[in-house]
Amino acid sequence: MIEIKDIAKAFNGKEVLKGITSTFREGETNLIIGGSGTGKSVLLKTMIGLIKPDRGSVFYSGRDFYNSDKDTRQAIRREMGVLFQGGALFDSQTVEENVRFPLDMLTDISASEKKERVEFCLQRVGLEGTGKRMPSEISGGMKKRVGIARAIVMNPRYLFCDEPNSGLDPLTSVKIDELIKEITEEYKITTVIITHDMNSVMEIGQNIIFLYQGDKLWEGLNADITNTGVPEMNEFIFANKLLRDAAKENANK
Amino acid sequence: MSVIGKYFIFLGSLFGKGEKLSVYWRRFMEESVGIGVSSIFIVAIVSTFIGAVSCIQTAYNLVSPIIPVSTVALIVRDMQILELAPTITCIVLAGKVGSNIASELGTMRITEQIDALEVMGINSSSYLVLPKVLAAMFTFPMLVILAAFLGIFGGYLAGTLTGVITERDYLYGIRDSFVPYNLFFMCVKPFVFGFLIATISSFQGFFTQGGALEVGRSSTQAVTNSCISILIADYLLAQLLL
Repeated sequence: MIEIKDIAKAFNGKEVLKGITSTFREGETNLIIGGSGTGKSVLLKTMIGLIKPDRGSVFYSGRDFYNSDKDTRQAIRREMGVLFQGGALFDSQTVEENVRFPLDMLTDISASEKKERVEFCLQRVGLEGTGKRMPSEISGGMKKRVGIARAIVMNPRYLFCDEPNSGLDPLTSVKIDELIKEITEEYKITTVIITHDMNSVMEIGQNIIFLYQGDKLWEGLNADITNTGVPEMNEFIFANKLLRDAAKENANK
Repeated sequence: MSVIGKYFIFLGSLFGKGEKLSVYWRRFMEESVGIGVSSIFIVAIVSTFIGAVSCIQTAYNLVSPIIPVSTVALIVRDMQILELAPTITCIVLAGKVGSNIASELGTMRITEQIDALEVMGINSSSYLVLPKVLAAMFTFPMLVILAAFLGIFGGYLAGTLTGVITERDYLYGIRDSFVPYNLFFMCVKPFVFGFLIATISSFQGFFTQGGALEVGRSSTQAVTNSCISILIADYLLAQLLL
């Protein structure tokens, strides 16, 4: 479980996050949604330690990330897996080397164990047999899968995904979403996903947080998302014509 | 001033908590090949022609019956060892290696590859930059020794083939009044310049923000700043060591 308390951040005097507090549950896909420029990515980066918040705390299973000693922080980092928006694969390494990278850097396990683990992870994301290819030789969807494989290779307790289906076609997006949800439930990971894709919200969102201009305007379950009573959120959700039509249809019934 | 302060903090971070020695050794070897071995061709071409040109131009300016012809070779040798081989070679390397380092790190920054390292708890500056700096400090002196040799050889080829100096005079000239200390001076320069080029270019690339345009800007800035720092360091080293 991850708890964030009163997270605030400003850049050049402009408040990007205005004291966000929330809890992300274990074994669930927790979604942070909102329009562009609402502070979703900044919130994620403060959670994973890439941007230090001006105030507030992040607790990983009760351990305060920012007020811990270096060793504890390092231990927490090693329990994290992060899927970046573009995959963030190392261009100079093959798919296999990318996935093996955390094992090479952070563990002392034998080469055969590493090989076995890498093969398992690539198989888990449906990329068996592609280990020798370079990132430049694979598609955007495959890059995301490799990113997921690298994120889970260390058996993380916490998985963070920054817009996992940006730039992907709808079919691949659904597959990536399903994969993340399956992995989350299978390994009981606390998964936090940033997205503004309503398909993802409806398909895999369990616990959802809606950000608007740096504020948390709503938090709740997927089932309640169409009845929030928050105008900004309704505007965001029903920007999609299909959802708008569906809502009208439901209202007419 | 704040940029200079940030640069020194960046240098300090290179020696922070590091990774396993085997990791650094592998990275050092990769970078030595990337920075050093891949620069041999350009260094060879540039230094051979500079040696040839300096021989022809020196001979052109030394038309006097009281100056022995072998002086041309002596001047070519000292120009190569004291200035042309270390400084011009490193300015060429600032262009080739410096822009490469800055654009590589800049691209890694904007595509979140550096973020990915940091999230794993890896000291990204130490992991990415330290091997580059060490590789530059290790390979640049070797490239400069090669450049000096080829420069003098280029002078020999140009001089003897055009008839401005005989083979005997040239060989006599390059051995005449030789000061071995100059070789030490020649090797100190690329050691310092290698450090400056690698750290300045890494600094520019590492803190790139934005997109492709900014990566290009960082790359240009890296070359400009490296060249300026080489010229300043060249003067200071000459003042200190000669």
